[in-house]
Amino acid sequence: MRRLLPIILVAVTVLLMVIGLTSVGRSGGTVGIASGSALPGFSSNANTPEQALSNFLIDVQRRNWDRAFASVERTNDSVNEQSFIQEWTGTNGGLRTFSSLESYDARPLHATDSEAQMRVRLHWSTPVGPMEDVRDFHLVHRADQWKVVWDEVPVPNVPSQVIPVNYLRWDLVQGGAGEQWGSNNVDSPHVRIVSMNAVDSAEGAVVMGEIVNEDTIPAFVNVQATLVDAAGSAIDDESSFDKILHVLLPKQVSPYRIDFPKVSLGKVKNVHIDVKATLVPASSDPVIGVMNQKLDTDAQGRAVLHGELLNQSGETVNVPHVIASFYDNNGKVVWVSDGYVQRALLPQESEAFAVEIPKSLAGKVQNFHVVVNQYSMHNS
Amino acid sequence: MSSSINTACTTRKSRIGSEQWCRVLQADVRGDVRQSVRRRGALAFAICAVFLAGMLYAQDTDLRAPSAAVAGTPASIGTTGGGSATFYLVGPSIAIERAVQLGQDIPLTAKELESAGKYIAIVCAGNCRSVGFFVAPAKPVSLAFLVHPSRAPVGESNVVSGVALPFDEFHNLVLTPTSVDFQLTAAGAAPVSHRASTQNGAAWFRTSSGRSAGNLQITASINGVSTRRVVQQVASDPCRLQIKGQRNAKGFVVETEPVRDCTGNPVPDGTIVTFTARDAQGTDTVDAPVKKGIARAQMEGTGPVTISAASGVVMGNELHLGAQ
Repeated sequence: MRRLLPIILVAVTVLLMVIGLTSVGRSGGTVGIASGSALPGFSSNANTPEQALSNFLIDVQRRNWDRAFASVERTNDSVNEQSFIQEWTGTNGGLRTFSSLESYDARPLHATDSEAQMRVRLHWSTPVGPMEDVRDFHLVHRADQWKVVWDEVPVPNVPSQVIPVNYLRWDLVQGGAGEQWGSNNVDSPHVRIVSMNAVDSAEGAVVMGEIVNEDTIPAFVNVQATLVDAAGSAIDDESSFDKILHVLLPKQVSPYRIDFPKVSLGKVKNVHIDVKATLVPASSDPVIGVMNQKLDTDAQGRAVLHGELLNQSGETVNVPHVIASFYDNNGKVVWVSDGYVQRALLPQESEAFAVEIPKSLAGKVQNFHVVVNQYSMHNS
Repeated sequence: MSSSINTACTTRKSRIGSEQWCRVLQADVRGDVRQSVRRRGALAFAICAVFLAGMLYAQDTDLRAPSAAVAGTPASIGTTGGGSATFYLVGPSIAIERAVQLGQDIPLTAKELESAGKYIAIVCAGNCRSVGFFVAPAKPVSLAFLVHPSRAPVGESNVVSGVALPFDEFHNLVLTPTSVDFQLTAAGAAPVSHRASTQNGAAWFRTSSGRSAGNLQITASINGVSTRRVVQQVASDPCRLQIKGQRNAKGFVVETEPVRDCTGNPVPDGTIVTFTARDAQGTDTVDAPVKKGIARAQMEGTGPVTISAASGVVMGNELHLGAQ
């Protein structure tokens, strides 16, 4: 008995280690959904489509590019390892270049003996928060192994060209400290909230609406809201943070949204809104067109507004950020949604975008307005 | 007389501590600390005796305040009596001490009287006497002129206001009622003058903005001194936003007629016009800046399309383009 217990313990430990090293699924995962994160050192043979995809994504996650690229079946000869890596790591200072693949969930769509279709939800960690990317992978069975078919067309290089840019720019000249009192006053830009709506959502209360720059100069704006209860006490105080077009050019309209997590509107008696506008230097370049916008349902059944961003200027937009306001048939703003585009927006090129609308509101939406916030490295 | 008593009391208070003195007085009023009354009664009697003696002595010294003292102008304080004394002058931004001879005038230099306001002169020789006097500001030599706003939309009533505050050479606000001339000059319009008298050192005006965009120069003048400010009169909201469009190889170009406000001023370049095109493919929007009075956008699509434009909260006309 004294010898039996250590032997059992060693045997169980070895068994658990073997199970742990050969399995990529996380305990507690949903049946039929393979999910995983990087497990250093080991990957098993690709005997099943799930296993092949799992091995591939683990290699991507570990940035083991040679092995990941070797494991895919290319359909396009123009795909080389460099373009394959760029597809995963991003280029031109886009959001993807600052992101890393945190984990994934894979779900089989259909499978036969020779091919399979898998839908993968990729969880990225990015500087602007966690992001989710849904992607369908096609796998084929080749010589006792499953392989991921890589049919991504590499991003075409922007051809050399000269794009005349003669857009406007506002500079701000600050007077000297020795100037006479009152001679240097330049008023802050006049901005106005043109609509406001407060709703309850699954995450808490949301205050949203639109703001317009009524002035003839650019304004850096921020909207702050305080929820006040019946006793006149402040419940919570939040700002629009990144859910607003901060630099508003003259007569430009931007949606804003302020989230109050875990606050119910039932407790709220008043909402105090404070708008801060500051005069800032700004440029009206780049102009970004928002093309082919359409309300639709995506592959996962979510209501989305999708379209394409078209950079009409000669400047790369590293991180495009889309903010959309949705109106009901009375023209009232019923929701404001936003989303970051992971790829950089190259001059004269377009990138797809999609922002989600809560299902409960999708039926009410009659119209929408999309603005594009842009972060460019050389302007930061 | 009263100032002598106050000075003596103040001196007494500061010697034993005002808080302690107050506590003693409170104890006296309540009458609940008889022991304290007896002990301190003798002390109070002694102080009052010394104080009355001082008053009798001080009646020999008298101070004459300068009449109509003006900032930056020398003045003097007359004294009576004899012997040496210590002179104190306390005023806005000044406190000096020097030895003086009683019976002679105490000269105050221009430097010592630069700040307008209330001064107290104190002479102490065994006991102290004080006299207060007021130094008025000198003649105005400069104007602080505040005009609001720095930008004003055209055609708005009572939108521009200005306040002028006259100051003398020592930066004292001149409180004497003085006339200030305001002159408003805008390009293409006759100058407008307005005269206002200062009240408590400030003169002000309020006026409407003109009908033409451009600089409004506002000058405030007083005694040959003038200060100029500029208000930028800017175009108001766009009015009658009209668009036109035509097909080209990439899709279609849509542009506005020259964008003007309701008084005919062109809106500033950089003003955003949002073009929205709706066709079977979906909706396209472009926020295009006005350049040389016109906003223009290149849009895509070959099918029939309906285009509209908006700038701020102002909507333009709708335009229908047929299929290519």
